[in-house]
Amino acid sequence: MAKAYSSAVIPAPVTAVWAVVRDFNALPQWTPFVAESRIEQKKASDQIGCIRNFRLKDGGRIREQLLSLSDYEMSFEYSILESPMGVENYIATFRLIPVTDSDHTFAEWTAEFDAAPDREDGLVDSIGRNVFAAGLAALKARFNR
Amino acid sequence: MTRVDIRRSTVIGAPVEAVWAVLRDFNGHHAWHPAVSTSAIENGEASDQVGCVRSFRLKDGSRVREQLLFLSDAKRGLSYCILEAQAPLRNYVASMRLRPVTSDDTCLVEWRASFEPPPQHRVRLERFVREEIMEAGFAGLRRALTAGGPAAHLDRTSAPARTSEATEGVEIAITRYGGPEVLVPRRAAIRAPGSGEVRLLQTAVGVNFIDIYCRRGTFDLVPPGGVPGMEAAGVVESVGPGVANVRAGDRVAYACAPPGAYASMRTMRADLLVRLPEPITDEIAAALLLKGISAGFLLHDVAHVRAGETILVHAAAGGVGRIICHWAKALGVTVIGATSSEAKAEQAKRIGCDHVAVTSREDFAEAVLNFTSGRGVDVVFDAVGKDTFEGSVECLAPRGRLISFGQASGDVGAHSIDRLAHRSATVSRPNYVHYTDTSDKMILQSERLFEALRSGAVVSERPRAYPLGNAAVAHADLEGRRTTGSLVLIP
Repeated sequence: MAKAYSSAVIPAPVTAVWAVVRDFNALPQWTPFVAESRIEQKKASDQIGCIRNFRLKDGGRIREQLLSLSDYEMSFEYSILESPMGVENYIATFRLIPVTDSDHTFAEWTAEFDAAPDREDGLVDSIGRNVFAAGLAALKARFNR
Repeated sequence: MTRVDIRRSTVIGAPVEAVWAVLRDFNGHHAWHPAVSTSAIENGEASDQVGCVRSFRLKDGSRVREQLLFLSDAKRGLSYCILEAQAPLRNYVASMRLRPVTSDDTCLVEWRASFEPPPQHRVRLERFVREEIMEAGFAGLRRALTAGGPAAHLDRTSAPARTSEATEGVEIAITRYGGPEVLVPRRAAIRAPGSGEVRLLQTAVGVNFIDIYCRRGTFDLVPPGGVPGMEAAGVVESVGPGVANVRAGDRVAYACAPPGAYASMRTMRADLLVRLPEPITDEIAAALLLKGISAGFLLHDVAHVRAGETILVHAAAGGVGRIICHWAKALGVTVIGATSSEAKAEQAKRIGCDHVAVTSREDFAEAVLNFTSGRGVDVVFDAVGKDTFEGSVECLAPRGRLISFGQASGDVGAHSIDRLAHRSATVSRPNYVHYTDTSDKMILQSERLFEALRSGAVVSERPRAYPLGNAAVAHADLEGRRTTGSLVLIP
């Protein structure tokens, strides 16, 4: 089991950040690497079990299923159903935590998955950096304006 | 009974491993939490044994016992409950958890607590937990991890390159909070200046009452192991990148936070340094800057004292008191001094006080009303605190201003503001930092002081000098009220 992790402090109140990231279908709106996204079978994007089907800007297609969503904890989990990345048993968690003294937001993005042993380190690095850290950096830039 | 849940969090500018190394020791909180004075684990157990009990004493003297319920290196978290405490924090369970902020290698600290307060104390206890336990704890943790002030953290990335350029010096550390004996000299590596910093060769270090508050732990400005001292004078030995206001070789002085002045050399921010005019010696600057700037902003920026007014100055023969008296006289003010003894009363008269009340033989409030034919004074400058606060309010004229700027006899405590209505009185509790925390403010304050020295509104007396290594003796003398005027340490 490999684990990728990235976190950042977003200069905005937690409710404002949650309003952006809560929508499971909103990746094109806040990440730099997703071209378009839809929810399959016309389900609501906060219905547990719904599947987002999205295309990366580099052309790859990914299907991910929402496993949990908590407005109280301000977190959600999802799994990968199909992707070109060569990962199995991939479960990711996205979580926001208020930083009370500055009224900013701590955001963390974690994934646990299985992969071929020789590819594990590379995947941990590319998911942690090119996906999670890049996504959080974009989120940070969005609120820095 | 209602259960309340309190959550606070902060980001600390240190890697998560460094913060966890400090936090993980269940018996190490007295090294970072400003409310804790001493702590021990009962029955000789290890501090990472789940179930162990830490028994500790707070600065207010009360004792608390807490039991470790959970400790995880994987989660970098721990939780504990209160077994015994003076405050009614019933069924109190708390947890702390660290998470890395990978984008800049810092650390999120979360602190949660839940408990069942008696309804009539709920608001007070919530606030106590939020502010006195959690927020004060965050501040202490931050200080413990960035010892040496903000610059130490900023320089973290380049620290290895600098240690080779460090120079050895001597500094006086507060080994633990307590009496003068806790001040101990030690050798120290004085690092080369980073961006915006200078390294000073210090020639004279001022001794002030605030240093005693730091040493006792009354103010939590200096954690145990840290170096006290707010002011010194000396020569710029070297400058870091981006320093424009001073050059190597300049004679300078400073009087500002963070503490750390009790040292032969010191690396610090350059922007709060003041260049010394020729006639002012290093000893005079080190002895006068903090007290003179204090007197200056108290008179001009806080009290706005005007010619023709009458003021009362407590501790009129003391460090700040005598400067206020002399400066106020130059402004055309009638000055009443209050002193603790006849000998000090004589000095207060020599400084220029029009009247002096001797508190060891008379009620100063009554004396003031006598001197002013029952009207009272326009302004009271009170750094005595607890013992004088009531009387100070008593002897204010209508629309008078009470400037409470110290607490030599103890905290003034809680008072109803209704009594102020009898005289439409105003009470101020100014803090030095807010008048001196930028280069512009420091220049304004120091130039006003230097001008007052030139005009004679402020007179400098040669301070009493002690070797740096005898800082404990200097403290004992100042605390024992065996001194008048100023004290300096000479490295």
